[in-house]
Amino acid sequence: MTAPSLPVHRGPTGPSLRQRVGRATPYLLLAPGILWLVIFFILPSIQMFLTSVSTGSLDDGFKLTWSGEAYFTSLTKFGTQFANSLIYGGIATLLTFMIGFPVAYTIAFRGGRWKNFLLFIVIAPFFTSFLIRTISWQIILQDNGPLLSFLRDTLHILPADASVLGTPIAVIAGITYNFLPFMILPLYVALEKIDPRLIEAANDLYASRWGAFRRVTIPLALPGIFAGSILTFIPALGDYVNVLLLGGPKTQMIGNVIQSRFLLLGDYPVAAALSFILMAAILVAVSIYARALGTEQLTG
Amino acid sequence: MTAVSQPLAAAPAEASSRRPPRRIFHAIDHWALPAFTLVAIGYLLIPIVVMIVFSFNDYQGKFNFFWHGFTLQGWLHPFDWPGLPASIRTSLLVAFLSTVGATILGTFIGLALTRYNFKGRGAINGLIFLPMATPEIVMGASLLTLFVNSGLQGGMLNGVVPKGVLFPLGFTTILISHIMFNISYVVVTVKARIAGFDRRLEEAAMDLGADELTTFWKVTFPLIFPGVLAAGLLAFSLSIDDFIITSFVSGTTNTFPLWAYSIIKNALPVQINVVGSMVFLGAVAIVGLSNIRQARANR
Repeated sequence: MTAPSLPVHRGPTGPSLRQRVGRATPYLLLAPGILWLVIFFILPSIQMFLTSVSTGSLDDGFKLTWSGEAYFTSLTKFGTQFANSLIYGGIATLLTFMIGFPVAYTIAFRGGRWKNFLLFIVIAPFFTSFLIRTISWQIILQDNGPLLSFLRDTLHILPADASVLGTPIAVIAGITYNFLPFMILPLYVALEKIDPRLIEAANDLYASRWGAFRRVTIPLALPGIFAGSILTFIPALGDYVNVLLLGGPKTQMIGNVIQSRFLLLGDYPVAAALSFILMAAILVAVSIYARALGTEQLTG
Repeated sequence: MTAVSQPLAAAPAEASSRRPPRRIFHAIDHWALPAFTLVAIGYLLIPIVVMIVFSFNDYQGKFNFFWHGFTLQGWLHPFDWPGLPASIRTSLLVAFLSTVGATILGTFIGLALTRYNFKGRGAINGLIFLPMATPEIVMGASLLTLFVNSGLQGGMLNGVVPKGVLFPLGFTTILISHIMFNISYVVVTVKARIAGFDRRLEEAAMDLGADELTTFWKVTFPLIFPGVLAAGLLAFSLSIDDFIITSFVSGTTNTFPLWAYSIIKNALPVQINVVGSMVFLGAVAIVGLSNIRQARANR
């Protein structure tokens, strides 16, 4: 997006005061917000990196020793939790896509006058707190809750000791639920933009329904698929709330380790190293994914 | 509804043998997709329905987990739990102040990015995008290390910021963090609005003798206002719902989500459902009313 710059007329004696103010305007507009982001986003990241290569404790203060110990601990001791994050996050992203694509497709192409209403329902969960939605799932999924008692006592398709809470299934279901709107909305935006005449043209040129879908609809929806999966996968990787409320000791994700190291154990160096590794893993994954899909339209 | 036209002639026979017959697509289109969408929508609404239904539960003991019967007790005493009123006040105040702060800072950036050419635009765009691509837990953790280190020897900002502002953690650090993560969302929302904006309207105002400031307030601002308002609403809802970042930078101060989390280990009072339902119904009412007004204005 390139807006034409304001024309600057130079007089024979150089720019006037007014012109100088005019040229400074973009910087004046940017300064306060950018400064805020530099101080409270960039600086903390640097501080966290420095903490990750420091040694010490919360009480005695941290000394910058450039020690790699925290990274060594992070990479050797927390493999399970990293793996859990990747697996749960990956499966949940796949599930949100499998649920979200047909929904977005239906709303975009068959919504008719119900379009806005359906979209409104898709974002309705955002009107309640993330935490309360997850508590609701706790109520639904618990051993004596409505879902399990129905499947176990009424339909008898589950054994008497079946339980969902504390298992990976509950955690994945929670993540899938909480991030589903983040998948549907970008998919909808991408699908909505597709000119139906392109699909008709493909059909007129003897493409089958499936061929038109695969060669016209899917490629045009790629930016939405990309945005949706990024918006789901990144927060899912760092999530720890779903595990806290729906999971158990065996389903710990890397977010749980970071959270407890920072807030309960005060082990800042290892927690900071874990956060850094998580961030690095995400950057690598996103760039590989962007290459694979062939879309680099990240910021739009 | 757009009917997709049928192929003019039958497709070549050898190709059609490899793909599913057309009536399968017809079935998918006409009942499978709509049915699937309805089920998915039900899935999206289930926890909300549970929340509202259980706000009327006459629960026994400490946990509002099992249905015992209908009562209005929860709704008659919606804030009746220690710490709840204070946490709601904090949440509302943080949400209001961070919305105002982030909307002003973000709108400025949005204006600069869409209307001026300057060096370093790419870097600025990247800086705006980064916070949205960073998991909340990483942002919360890094803010925590910055704030804690500001009070420690050798930490950044130690000696730069007066003692007691950033550490101990509390209201100020929550507010700072909420403004930070809201700025990017405001910029993106406002940018989208300004991008579809006819610059000639401003030029016309200038040609008619208005100066820059008058033009901005009388022409530019009214035109971008819907975008600014949408950005503000988004910022408010992100702030009032935030749990992860806030849990890192709050110290002993509680917002409503933090309070709810702190309480659910020992009890699940019906008030959590009542306040959650109030927020939900309030938000639905606001959106519904604005939609109705919009529809009337369009007529």
